[in-house]
Amino acid sequence: MKEYRSIGDISGPLMLVEGVEGAKYGELVEIELPSGEVRRGQVLEVHFDKALVQVFEGTQGIDLGQTKVRFLAKGIEIPLSMDILGRIFDGLGRPKDGGPPIIPEVKRNINGAPINPYAREYPNEFIQTGISAIDGLNPMVRGQKLPFFSGSGLPHNRLAAQVARQAKVLGKEEKFAVVFGAMGITYEEAEFFIQDFTRTGALERVVMFLNLADDPAIERIATPRAALTAAEYLAFDKDIHVLVILTDMTNYCEALREISAARKEVPGRRGYPGYLYTDLASIYERAGRIKGKKGSITLLPVLTMPEDDKTHPIPDLTGYITEGQIIFSRQLHRKKVSPPIDVLPSLSRLKDKGIGKGKTREDHADLYNQLYAAYARGKEAQELAMILGEAALSEMDKLYVEFAERFEREYISQGEYEDRSVEETLDLGWKLLTMLPRSELKRIREEYLDKYYERFRKEVEGGSSG
Amino acid sequence: MKEGRIIRVSGPLVVAEGMEGVRMYDVVYVGEERLMGEVIELRGDRASIQVYEETGGLGVGDPVFPTGSPLSVELGPGLMESIFDGIQRPLDVLREKAGDFITRGLHLPGLSREKKWGFVPVKKPGDEVKPGDIIGKVQETVLIEHRIMVPPGIEGEVVDIKEGEFTVEDTVAVVRTKDGEKGIKLMQRWPVRIPRPYREKLPPEIPMYTGQRVIDTFFPVSKGGTACIPGPFGSGKTVTQHQLAKWSDADIIVYIGCGERGNEMTDVLIEFPELKDPKSGQPLMKRTVLIANTSNMPVAAREASVYTGITIAEYYRDMGYTVALMADSTSRWAEAMREISGRLEEMPGEEGYPAYLAARVASFYERAGRVKCLGSPEREGALTVVGAVSPPGGDLSDPVVQATLRVVKVFWSLEARLAYARHFPAINWLTSYSLYTGNIKEWVKKNVSPDFMDLSSDAMKLLEEEAELEEIVRLVGVDALSQRDQLILLAARMIREDFLHQNAFHEVDTYTSIKKQYLMLRTILKFYETAKRAIERGVTVKELYGLPVLERIGRMKYVPEDRIEKEIEEIEREIDLQLKEKMEGVHERV
Repeated sequence: MKEYRSIGDISGPLMLVEGVEGAKYGELVEIELPSGEVRRGQVLEVHFDKALVQVFEGTQGIDLGQTKVRFLAKGIEIPLSMDILGRIFDGLGRPKDGGPPIIPEVKRNINGAPINPYAREYPNEFIQTGISAIDGLNPMVRGQKLPFFSGSGLPHNRLAAQVARQAKVLGKEEKFAVVFGAMGITYEEAEFFIQDFTRTGALERVVMFLNLADDPAIERIATPRAALTAAEYLAFDKDIHVLVILTDMTNYCEALREISAARKEVPGRRGYPGYLYTDLASIYERAGRIKGKKGSITLLPVLTMPEDDKTHPIPDLTGYITEGQIIFSRQLHRKKVSPPIDVLPSLSRLKDKGIGKGKTREDHADLYNQLYAAYARGKEAQELAMILGEAALSEMDKLYVEFAERFEREYISQGEYEDRSVEETLDLGWKLLTMLPRSELKRIREEYLDKYYERFRKEVEGGSSG
Repeated sequence: MKEGRIIRVSGPLVVAEGMEGVRMYDVVYVGEERLMGEVIELRGDRASIQVYEETGGLGVGDPVFPTGSPLSVELGPGLMESIFDGIQRPLDVLREKAGDFITRGLHLPGLSREKKWGFVPVKKPGDEVKPGDIIGKVQETVLIEHRIMVPPGIEGEVVDIKEGEFTVEDTVAVVRTKDGEKGIKLMQRWPVRIPRPYREKLPPEIPMYTGQRVIDTFFPVSKGGTACIPGPFGSGKTVTQHQLAKWSDADIIVYIGCGERGNEMTDVLIEFPELKDPKSGQPLMKRTVLIANTSNMPVAAREASVYTGITIAEYYRDMGYTVALMADSTSRWAEAMREISGRLEEMPGEEGYPAYLAARVASFYERAGRVKCLGSPEREGALTVVGAVSPPGGDLSDPVVQATLRVVKVFWSLEARLAYARHFPAINWLTSYSLYTGNIKEWVKKNVSPDFMDLSSDAMKLLEEEAELEEIVRLVGVDALSQRDQLILLAARMIREDFLHQNAFHEVDTYTSIKKQYLMLRTILKFYETAKRAIERGVTVKELYGLPVLERIGRMKYVPEDRIEKEIEEIEREIDLQLKEKMEGVHERV
């Protein structure tokens, strides 16, 4: 292995090594500081005898004369074996919990390779999260990538932990694991997850990759990739169903922007690089199922929208890649609706094949269409009432307003430890719909109206009179 | 040609020196693994190369091998039912050879070399042939008869032509040209960046019906036309594209998944073999070619994927077929251009996109059209291009949207607001447009109904009036409106909810024939006209809201095609009956 002491420039997280022979694009680099400290970096560009290297742990303390650079002739790899379960690693995949190093069964490049679209199995197994706003209206399926679009100060991490705690596939007992990737979150937030996993006894089936707020920012670029590499190993080598939680993707994107700015690239919107979409896709698209493999990767990235703006490039590009989104609303949070999920702009694209007869219940699809439409109309009427006063509303509109309020209070709201079965969620929806006359329920097939609407109307009426 | 050496690697861009003699857009193989790439800039003996595969591990000094030919696709039997990546590698074969993940440096021909096809000649020795002439046929799938055409540059007398079973590389005919004898195979090649030739373009006069009511009735696209679907995420671009791919009355569908989700392609792969074409009853896959270069696959191959797709589409157009091409999404294609342009350090135009963005977009859409094909027998083909656009934040001032709107003739504007209210397809009826309504008028009059276009414009007028009235309602409330205006609100709501709203996942509602669309619209408008007369006689709109026939009208869309005529007859009778009762009621009150 050749060692160089020929660093030419250092600028931000980047350094330029000169007089290099045979450096490869994407190669892993080891940097030995005069103090003996060893850091890691990656080749971003080679040009004649120059190699541009991004240093994961930051460039502080690196000098031009003494620091040694070694090119390791391989990409960034992490060691993998079943022993990773229950362990905590840093953002680059090195043990952080004081435990022994992993004796690798295999080593994998953290960049992975794209799944051949032809090899994919379509995700269609319903995951019951026990949360009505998700199960009833935006059902999640195994192998889906469904992000949380949240804002600073909203309880997205609590909800993510609740999903990790409660998620199950109905009627099946299968191997299940959680891979948790933290990018730039605070110690407190990370501790919350660790405590929660410990308390519920889940820790032994959790793998954590932690890059905290005071850890090197550039390291974050590797963190989600390391987490997904571990997830791919567990899912596709070891037949385990893996839920990957990545929080917070906004910090990841900012690290990416830092590199791009240091390279003086032409910036796209808001200073983020033009390749942000492609870069995010190389992370998110690693979720999925593969034909003939038992395991799966379900991905739940969490991101905080700057200024709660959904059109900001990070949520915007994420939404174009992921299969839906669960959106948090500050307004609902203020109204003490918890979890404050704004169901109207939320969406699960893969729901249609995961629900229905034999999966959840035959009436599920019609029911959520109707609940959506009714809630949307109620919200619209609410706005109208705010401008014109309630007197301006028709009788029907008033009914819808009441519906919307009860819907938020009874359906969306639920306790942090309340685990509702999908049956309970569906029945709750019907109960609320009985507030409206049957002729209003145009999105539901007659046969289901006959079967469910009538039953619940009797129940509700019977309940109120008796 | 001489081997070059890499001097720079930056993402998907590689610069090599020692590349004398190489031409722009020639394919080269990069590195010992021979990754495929394309020359996109030449300076002296230095060539900038966009590499179609992941470039990790490439370094300075690695070799570059020129091939001397431009990026081309293989055109012949076996395209149908295939799924290719952006550079026409069959993904099913790739999986067989390399496993579930896409590996590098694997060169696979687009068409199978082993499979034999039954060839039936239609020409015989002694016949004179020229480029584009059909010399014989291969039954490619139950639906598609693949017409073997004389490739460009071959003209002369057929000296030999054989019937039988052949692979795509076997010679099936020999033609004596002025430069000697030339063999014709079942397969030909064509460079993807050059449009395939035709005799002349024809005006777009025939609509391409899609079974989607809002599109066919209000914003139709013609055979050979161009359309775009811009919209923010979650507004239903992909579902709309899939619906078009499923139900369009085209002979051939080419679907390009350009930088989009892997699972969406899987969805198509699972659904299309199961779904039946409403015309032939055969599985939709039998007429479909898929190009899948998903968002995590190499960005340069994404750039190439739209060209690969449209070249295949043109090839079937040349056989005399009606082809519909869906590109989802052209924004990802533009972003791939932007990324490569940025790495070339070109001076950026708007939003970092290259200055040639608009020109590239325009020349892509211009490859659509209804044409008189080259060669004999005389035939017409059409290629319709529908592009999805994914503007950031749904902002239509995005350069890709603007460049697209300048060339396409149909604009289906998807809106998040409608999607949130689960009004699907979330196509805004006030901002969308089609410039083909004039062209197709005669055809519609003759083939659908003489009054269909009038009904459609009457309905649109009601929707426009509704938008104006809503402004007033927002200020002063519904009760301030006259009975007439309140009726307009009722009728417009019926058009929106009972006609425009269409559920892609409902087994009947997913596809509506143009005939049924006509009957449905006529019924709603008949209700409006009849109700208008009733109101003139003193019936109030409030009374109308309770009419049982309204619910029946609301369920027309779920009535299967074979029962719709009877159903409509009954509804029309009920409209007359129930409104007559109301009018008589008024009479009694007075």
